[in-house]
Amino acid sequence: MCIDCGCGPGEHHHEHVHGTEGAARTIAVETDILSKNNRLAAGNRALFARQGVFVLNLVSSPGSGKTSILERTLRDLRGIHQFAVVEGDQQTDNDAARIAATGVPVKQVNTGAGCHLDAHMVGHAVENFALPALDILLIENVGNLVCPATFDLGEHHKVVVLSVTEGEDKPLKYPAMFHHADLMLLNKVDLLPHLDFDVEQCKAFARQVNPGIRILEVSSKTGQGMDAWYAWLQQGIDKAQKPGPDSD
Amino acid sequence: MPLLDTVVSMHELAITQNIVEICESHAAGRQVRLVRVEIGDLSGVVPDAVEFCFEACSRDTLLQGARLVIERIPARARCRTCAAQVAIRSYHDACAACGGYQLEILSGEELQVKQLEVH
Repeated sequence: MCIDCGCGPGEHHHEHVHGTEGAARTIAVETDILSKNNRLAAGNRALFARQGVFVLNLVSSPGSGKTSILERTLRDLRGIHQFAVVEGDQQTDNDAARIAATGVPVKQVNTGAGCHLDAHMVGHAVENFALPALDILLIENVGNLVCPATFDLGEHHKVVVLSVTEGEDKPLKYPAMFHHADLMLLNKVDLLPHLDFDVEQCKAFARQVNPGIRILEVSSKTGQGMDAWYAWLQQGIDKAQKPGPDSD
Repeated sequence: MPLLDTVVSMHELAITQNIVEICESHAAGRQVRLVRVEIGDLSGVVPDAVEFCFEACSRDTLLQGARLVIERIPARARCRTCAAQVAIRSYHDACAACGGYQLEILSGEELQVKQLEVH
């Protein structure tokens, strides 16, 4: 039987070359390796659009303060927006417990040996939430500046968090992540007086990789700069909830 | 260096599992003897690590024993400032003609299974 079309001997109604029985033959595939993830991510994106939920994928190296930023954000904006959080970690539900303490619905996803969240995991994680009631879904990816860059989750934006206790040149060392992010939160700026970290140099490196990246300096500890982040969230929510031209 | 990359970026494991899955669905039950894939230099996927994972991922599948041929796709970009088309090695490279960073990526982000050879 022909493996291109399933036709049997003598049933040809179109042109294509058949290999000889037993001989090697070539099959054109031309398929994106990430096509399955991208298809699931597109499904997530369509679901979020239908429900009017603004979705962010937070990425960083371990220890940059993603969870602390989330905790502060959830406490400061309590009563203003309806949040839910997906927590991605290889092991433990420690971060989910910290989020749960703020009173916001949270779903922990343990990736085990996996170094990133993928669209399939997120699709199942959000089954735990009442999406129509949500304004924002925050997805905290596994702390890793390499792998999560490759996997679309269906988010509106990737937000990369970099803390001033790291090197200024992280954007150059992990360019794919900074290239694909729309916003960079430069965290722990309250520590700057004690460090040699060059803020302007760091911003220049980030813009070298991604000229369009928006950069906000914040401290989840003191609250410095957090208002600008909240304003950015508000804009995103307004946009996500605004009915599109072809919606009912 | 390859060992370090293998340890640091194990998303190549998921990438390689996807390659095997795509090939199996196209092979329609036939044993695969060769797989050609394209990996762009900006894709964030390390070819050495994919080769490292391939043997384990292909075991007990139609791809067991198949040869994996990886074609690397060099990165090219068009400068939005001076319109030159230039070769780049990373997202942080500047335009070789004018030194600007407003580059539009033309190639280098590919991740594709191109072709199979089956018995």
